[in-house]
Amino acid sequence: MLGLEAKDFRLLILVAILTMAAPFLLNPFPEGSGLAQFNAGYPDLMQRFVIFGIFAIGFNILFGLTGYLSFGHAAFLGVGSYAAIWMMKLLTMNVIPAIIVSVIVAGIFSLAVGWISLRRSGIYFSILTLAFAQMSYSLAYSVLTPITGGETGLQPKVNDPRILDGALTEGGTPKANLFGLEMGSSIEWGVGNWLFTFNAGYYVAAIVMLAAFYLSIRIFRSPFGMMLRAVKSNQQRLNYTGLNAKPYTLAAFVISGMYAGLAGGLMVAMDTQVGAERMFWTASGEVVLMSILGGVGTLIGPVLGAGAIKYMENILSKINSDILHTWFAFLPDGLEDFVVTLIYPFIGKGWHLTLGLIFMAVVIFLPGGLVEGGQRIARLFGRKKKSTDTPDGKTTPAE
Amino acid sequence: MGILEVKNVGKRFGGLQALGDVNLSVTENTVHAIIGPNGAGKSTLLNCLVGKLIPDTGSVMFDGQSVLGRKPYEINQMGISRVFQTPEIFGDLSVMENMMIPCFAKRDGSFRPNAFMDMFKDREIVERAEQMLEEMNMADARNDNAATMSRGNKRRLEIGMCLAQEPRLLLLDEPTAGMARADTNNTIDLLKQIKEERDITISIIEHDMHVVFSLAERITVLAQGTPLVEDTPDNIKGHPKVREAYLGETQDAA
Repeated sequence: MLGLEAKDFRLLILVAILTMAAPFLLNPFPEGSGLAQFNAGYPDLMQRFVIFGIFAIGFNILFGLTGYLSFGHAAFLGVGSYAAIWMMKLLTMNVIPAIIVSVIVAGIFSLAVGWISLRRSGIYFSILTLAFAQMSYSLAYSVLTPITGGETGLQPKVNDPRILDGALTEGGTPKANLFGLEMGSSIEWGVGNWLFTFNAGYYVAAIVMLAAFYLSIRIFRSPFGMMLRAVKSNQQRLNYTGLNAKPYTLAAFVISGMYAGLAGGLMVAMDTQVGAERMFWTASGEVVLMSILGGVGTLIGPVLGAGAIKYMENILSKINSDILHTWFAFLPDGLEDFVVTLIYPFIGKGWHLTLGLIFMAVVIFLPGGLVEGGQRIARLFGRKKKSTDTPDGKTTPAE
Repeated sequence: MGILEVKNVGKRFGGLQALGDVNLSVTENTVHAIIGPNGAGKSTLLNCLVGKLIPDTGSVMFDGQSVLGRKPYEINQMGISRVFQTPEIFGDLSVMENMMIPCFAKRDGSFRPNAFMDMFKDREIVERAEQMLEEMNMADARNDNAATMSRGNKRRLEIGMCLAQEPRLLLLDEPTAGMARADTNNTIDLLKQIKEERDITISIIEHDMHVVFSLAERITVLAQGTPLVEDTPDNIKGHPKVREAYLGETQDAA
């Protein structure tokens, strides 16, 4: 189906169902219950799941297939974001031109960066990409202020030209839309104590992510994808088999840069603002963590990794000591305080500590990432069927 | 005029003259061995032929065209395939995928970004790769991970991958180095079979005299970066200068 093997098609359908049903799946706990804070089914977070999923899928095409570890992919995300916001300022608040132009601009920028960085491999390549990204960040932050808005960043203003849109009424706010459908608009549906939110922006981003995911499956299964894996496996043999590794790696670099630009464009479409911190090196590092946590070189791994990290960032970080005290209120006073003190460093602002520990555990015990974890669990339950890419859906929230 | 013409090739590494003034002519459809003691410059010469090194002086012509200044992948596309001392294969890929890559390289050239096609739906490539696996007696190992194979099988796969490109010249760099006797004999048989069945020129660098005398039709003896003699195996065996420089000690050792 769709030119895919049955196994890959099943995976695509599974991911499609999970993304479409995410507002239900991520909101398993009724409103007002003690566990409601673990609900991830609100638009802002769901959008982030799919957008960072796209970012990680693209990164995986470079890192997972060719083994070239880029530490500068946030630069492409940032460039895509700036391109998108300028489209919204100059052309229209419709998200389509913004997204298309963000992909194109990020593609051109990654072509230039890749052209230079790919002259080296290994750690030198990583350092070169890191240097480019930090340069881009610094430029956006200072010298290029007329284009990037510097420290304050950019937002669409009422009096921007927007040649395709009619003039806004005085006091109105420009809102990102898809042919009139506002990205921020949501339908809420209350069932009993549950409240499900269906957000237009989320569904636009989710459909784009499914397309991006489909494209990545096609690339993985193509001769081009095999050549990229061959680059990772043995570049010497590749050269002596009459194949030129350079254009293959450069193409992979540009494709992953375009995915990053797409993610950046979608971020702007969902939340019409952009600042230089989006290009900071920690953002580049985050996508590396996502890929490794989920499973480098697997189809679904990066999406799972992105989901896991964004879930922790947004949910774990909201738990504070008051909440802990209510949880452990059943314990005797002294013990309650003790337990809370023990757990406290791992939640709230300390969520990075939890992430770090989980990351170390995954790298040491599950080199194949969460995907390998899923496979092991599947094997544990005696399912003989050999699957390489099936998520188990237990270890992480769906994207 | 041979298919490979090496003229006055010299290569210096700092103070070391690795190759002095090498002249070599390999006749089409023969097996030509290059032997010589350690440090004679055999590997340097080979690297000059495939584009890994660029000689300081002289010329290397393959089929009337100069290979100098070309990248390894370009030289390969001209029709020279190289087998390495340690088998170089794609360890992370399956045996079938290993065999498909040279088939793609042969048909599509050095770069073709066909990213939207399922590679196993390319009948032409799949059939060609299957046929080559069949010829190499590796059809059963098709879905195995290439890295898990024995050294002998890795060598066999590597040779098969080179042959899949239908090269006109096959260069082998000590193909039996570090192999057990049985594997060595298998490799000799395989190379004999290749020589009989195909129009192919084979040039082989080898330490093992058993291998050399089983296969070679011409032998060049290299010592201290210059060719000492070039002759048929029978004449080489009895040549006093060769005995002195090389064979005397190794034959005793063997």
